[in-house]
Amino acid sequence: MAKVRVATMWFSGCAGCHMSLLDIDETLIDLAARIDLRNSPLTDLKAFPEDGVDVTLIEGAVANEEHLHLVRTAREKSKIIVALGDCAVTGNVPALRNGFDSNQMIQAIYGSPATSNGALPFDVVPRLLGRVSPLAEVIPVDFFVHGCPPPAGLIAKVILALLDGETPELVGSDLKFG
Amino acid sequence: MERVTIKIDGRGIATSPGRTILDAAEENGIRIPTLCHLKGLTDVGACRVCIVDVRGQFVTACTTNVAEGMEILTDTEAVRAHRRMIVELLFAEGNHVCSFCVSSGGCELQDLACEVGMQSVRIPYAFPRNRVDASHPRFLIDRDRCVVCGRCVRACGEIEGARTWDFAERGSAVRVITDLDVDWGQAETCTGCGKCVDVCPTGALVLKGASNAEMRKKPDVVAHLAERRSHG
Repeated sequence: MAKVRVATMWFSGCAGCHMSLLDIDETLIDLAARIDLRNSPLTDLKAFPEDGVDVTLIEGAVANEEHLHLVRTAREKSKIIVALGDCAVTGNVPALRNGFDSNQMIQAIYGSPATSNGALPFDVVPRLLGRVSPLAEVIPVDFFVHGCPPPAGLIAKVILALLDGETPELVGSDLKFG
Repeated sequence: MERVTIKIDGRGIATSPGRTILDAAEENGIRIPTLCHLKGLTDVGACRVCIVDVRGQFVTACTTNVAEGMEILTDTEAVRAHRRMIVELLFAEGNHVCSFCVSSGGCELQDLACEVGMQSVRIPYAFPRNRVDASHPRFLIDRDRCVVCGRCVRACGEIEGARTWDFAERGSAVRVITDLDVDWGQAETCTGCGKCVDVCPTGALVLKGASNAEMRKKPDVVAHLAERRSHG
């Protein structure tokens, strides 16, 4: 049986969702036999595969211009997009800056002479968007996995259902935020 | 004794006149989700979560009295869709970030999202800027987490009799205030009883010093007090 092509992405978030993904323990061994893991913070493949993937799991909110570009690429080249965790689903902690001016904020945090001589390296790092968005405000999302981070068992349940070609059924306490 | 006969989800039920649809449903073990309703306080129908279908009309179960022959549907596809949208609107209009909330795990709004099957909020989040007031020595209010259900206002007025809490502004700008919109710590009418904290369904009104997911409320306290007083 052909392996299912999977990508994972990490936008504005703490990597906790990827940690929780690794917390599925021995299920990882089953997954390894069934998936072809393409670009991911867990691999060294930096570019999204030109020929696309079956499933992309995305952790984090859309907070800068690079995220915006990547999330659109992922949507275009993935059959299924899974919003992994509260930042991707709701904006969560990264979205706390919404309602504040992003330029003033970045000046206050990174623009002080003590940290960077007052210069902001926008030629090498992506500019912040004015507003942090959950994925679904930018692209259509197929499945939402709640939690900060989502429990490992929930992540396993969703991935295994998708590998079996089934629709993950997310109900009751599966939908608990936080 | 006068009886009223109604139908809930096709089931024939006899109840007393003057009871609400919610009362009749609860008496018969039929679950209707609620948020602003709290036993012991006057029902106001503020949150709309308890909507039910009465012959094609959507009404709030907590504020609609039963009538002879009334046919009520609590769990149709349309009712569920509206209820879910109401919960999504509650989430969209505040900053209900469960991940660092003291009430996470003990929050009625968080539980409601699970109960109504909210996969995501399908409308843009408002991300409002709200003021936190930590001027009271024992309690604080984080208005980001307030759903303006008014339980604090009613518990303070109806049970404690202090009337410290009230509403200010209108529409989406409405917020709860203490006295004439002074800092809580300066509110002369506040007795410090803490009933507002115990009845608050979310992490809006909390004890100072509670950490992430530590806060647990005791909303039943007002039902006990109201019950005892009714025998007084």
